[in-house]
Amino acid sequence: MKTLTGAQIITEVLKEEGVDTVFGYPGGVVIDVFDELYKTDIKHILVRHEQAAAHAADGYARAKGSVGVCLVTSGPGATNTVSGIASAYLDSIPIVVMTGQVPTPLIGNDAFQEVDIVGITRPCTKHNYLVRSTNDLARVLKEAFHVARSGRPGPVLVDLPKDVSQGKTKYKPLPEIRMPAYNPTYKPNVKQLQKAIELIKGSERPVIFSGGGVILSNASRELAQFARKLNAPVTASLMGLGGFPGTDPLWLGMPGMHGTYRANMSIGACDLLIGIGVRFDDRVTGKLDTFAPHAKIIHIDIDPTSISKNVPVAVPIVADCKMALRALNRLLTEKKVKFTKKSRKLWLQRIEKWKKTTPLRYEQKDDVIKPQYVIEKLYELTKGNAIITTEVGQNQMWAAQYYHFERPNCFITSGGLGCMGFGFPAAIGAQVACPDKMVVDVAGDGSIQMNIQELATVVQYQLPVKVVILNNRYLGMVRQWQQLFYERRYAATDLECSPDFARVAEAYGALGLKATKPSEVEAVLKQGLESPGPAFMDFWVAREECVYPMVPAGASITDMLLA
Amino acid sequence: MRKHIISLLVDNEPGVLARVSGLFSGRGFNIESLCVAETMDASVSRITLVTRGNESVAEQIKKQLNKLINVIKLYDLTSAEYVEREMALIKVKAKAEHRAEILRIVDIFRCKVVDVGSGHYTIEVTGTMEKLQAILGLLKPLGLQEIARTGAIALARDKKGKAT
Repeated sequence: MKTLTGAQIITEVLKEEGVDTVFGYPGGVVIDVFDELYKTDIKHILVRHEQAAAHAADGYARAKGSVGVCLVTSGPGATNTVSGIASAYLDSIPIVVMTGQVPTPLIGNDAFQEVDIVGITRPCTKHNYLVRSTNDLARVLKEAFHVARSGRPGPVLVDLPKDVSQGKTKYKPLPEIRMPAYNPTYKPNVKQLQKAIELIKGSERPVIFSGGGVILSNASRELAQFARKLNAPVTASLMGLGGFPGTDPLWLGMPGMHGTYRANMSIGACDLLIGIGVRFDDRVTGKLDTFAPHAKIIHIDIDPTSISKNVPVAVPIVADCKMALRALNRLLTEKKVKFTKKSRKLWLQRIEKWKKTTPLRYEQKDDVIKPQYVIEKLYELTKGNAIITTEVGQNQMWAAQYYHFERPNCFITSGGLGCMGFGFPAAIGAQVACPDKMVVDVAGDGSIQMNIQELATVVQYQLPVKVVILNNRYLGMVRQWQQLFYERRYAATDLECSPDFARVAEAYGALGLKATKPSEVEAVLKQGLESPGPAFMDFWVAREECVYPMVPAGASITDMLLA
Repeated sequence: MRKHIISLLVDNEPGVLARVSGLFSGRGFNIESLCVAETMDASVSRITLVTRGNESVAEQIKKQLNKLINVIKLYDLTSAEYVEREMALIKVKAKAEHRAEILRIVDIFRCKVVDVGSGHYTIEVTGTMEKLQAILGLLKPLGLQEIARTGAIALARDKKGKAT
C-alpha cells in the first residue's frame, strides 16, 4: 500500500470517479490540493468568482449527465459558492463542492478565513461532510460522489481542513461504497403500477406532465413511447423542457405562470394528470385549490417527499422515472391498452382549438426589436441544436417559450432557485463538457452583470460561449409586475446606467456586437454565432415588453392575462 | 392535530442533531420535545421527538426525516402500542404548613423527594406527559420555583415497532 497525502488522495479519488474537469478558485488552505491537481491530467478551469465555479459545475453536470466538481478555498471562497449550491439543490443537480477549511485545531476559533460552511450549507445540500482525519478522506469523497449522483441527485459539500490535506495515510482504492442506511427506491411498486394502468384505461382526457426527473433519469425515449401508447398530450415544467420533443404534435408547451394557453387549459380540463419527475411547484400549479380540478393524479417521483406535498395524489409511484415508464409501457403492451388518435379525437381537437385561437404571439414591427423575435431567429439559425443556458427573469421565460427544445440536457436554467447570474457560468460548464456543441447563454442586461467577470474565463480558455443579451435597460420581470400590479411604479428596476456590453466584451478580448434595429438582428446573430471564439451580442429590445401569457401570483392557472 | 412520537435511530456523529432540528425549523414544523442519547451500539444514537400535526404534515415530517442521510431508521411509535416516559425535577416551595400536603402528593404519584432545603423540596417524578401535567397542576398552587423536564422517551411494545 502506498502512503499518500490527503491532497494526493483527493486527486486519486477524482481520477477513480472519472472526473476530467474541476472548476475552481485557489486560496491559502487549498494550495496543497491545487498543487496535486497541477500534476495530473485533470483540467482545471479558473473562474473569476467562486459562485461561477459552482454554477459551471452545475452546467457541466447537466450537459454531460455526470457529476460536476468544484474546488474553492475556506471562508469567503466557500460562502461565495452558496448560491450555486442552493441552485443545484433545488434543481437536483449532482455536484461535489470541495471547500478548504482552516486546520482542525483552529476550527471554532474564528481563525482567518474560517467559516462554518457545513453549518451554512446544511439546508441547501443533499448531504455535507467535514473531514476530520486524513484516514476518512477517501471514504468520504467516494460517499460524496455516490450520494450526489444516486437517488434524487443533488449537491454534496466536502469541507477539507488544511491539516487533512497535508496529513499522510496509507491508501488503496476503496472497492465500493457501503451506506446501509441510504437506499433510494428505484423500482416501482407493482400494485401501484396496476392502479395507474386502471386509471389510464378509464381516462378520456389524460395529460402527461413531465419534469426534470425525466431528464435526470435519461427517460425521454420511454416518455415518448408512453405518450404514443396513450396518444396523450405532453406538457413539461421548465426543468423538463427537452424531455419531450418541442415540435411533436402531442406537445403542449410549458404550463404554469408563463405557460401556453393550451397547456394550462388542458390541465384545467383533463380527467387524468400523470406527473413524471415533477414536484408540482407553485409556479406550475398557481392556486392549489383549483389546480387540475377534474383530474385524478398519478405521480411518479424518486423522492417520496415530493409526493402529496402540494397536490393530493391518487396513485403515488416512488421510483426512478425511467424504470417506472419502462414498467408502465410493458404493462400497457401486455394488457393491450392502446389509444389511437381516433379514440382521442375529441380531446385532441379541443386542444388544437386552444392552440389555434390562442397561440404564443408577439408583433415585430420595423422600429424596435422584440425579444421574442431574437429567440426565434436564434432558434432558426442554430436549427434548434444549441445548448441554451439562461439567466433568470423575462429572458428565461422567452427562451423557454420560443426555443423549441428537441432533446434533453439542452436547456440549462436555474429553475427552482431562480438565480440571476447562473446562465453565463453554466454555459462555461456546458461548453467544457461539450466542446463541439454550440452553447448560448440567453441573458438580460440585469442578470448578465451578476457574473460578467467570467468573460475573462471564456477568453482565457477560448471557450466559444455565445451570450445573447436581451437588453431592455430594466430588471424586466420585476418591472412587468410593477406595470401590471403596482400601477407602473418602477421602483429600483430602471437600469439606466449600464455599460456598453459590446465594448465590455472587447475590453476582455471577446467579440462584442450590438443591434438596435430589427433589420440588424439576423446579421448580428450570424456573425456572433459563426465567430470562432466567445461573443457578446447586445440586442436593444422593446423596453416594456411583457411575458405573456401570465397567471398572476395566487390565481388559477386557467385565469391567464393574455396581453 | 395529533401527537406523534417519532423515534429515530441516527449515526452518532457531530452535526446530526443539527440536521434534524434544522429540518424542523427550516420547514416550519414544530418540536414539542426532543431527547437524544447513545443506544447499545455507540455508533448509533436514538432521538425521540414529539411533534404535532395533521396527517399530511406528519407524513411530510416522516418522509423528510427519512431522507436525511444520517437517519438509519424511523419509527412513528404512535402508530402502534408503545410505552412512554418522561422525567421531571420539580422544585416546590415547602412552607411548614404545606410540607405534609406535598409529601402526600408525592406519595400518591409514587415519586420521590430527592432534595430538601429550608424552604423547598425537589421532587423527582417519572411518567407519561399526562401524569407530569397532573402533578404540576396540583403543586402549582403551593408555589413552584423551578422545573426541569427531560422530554418524552418511548419504545414500541412489540420487539421492533413499525418502521416507516
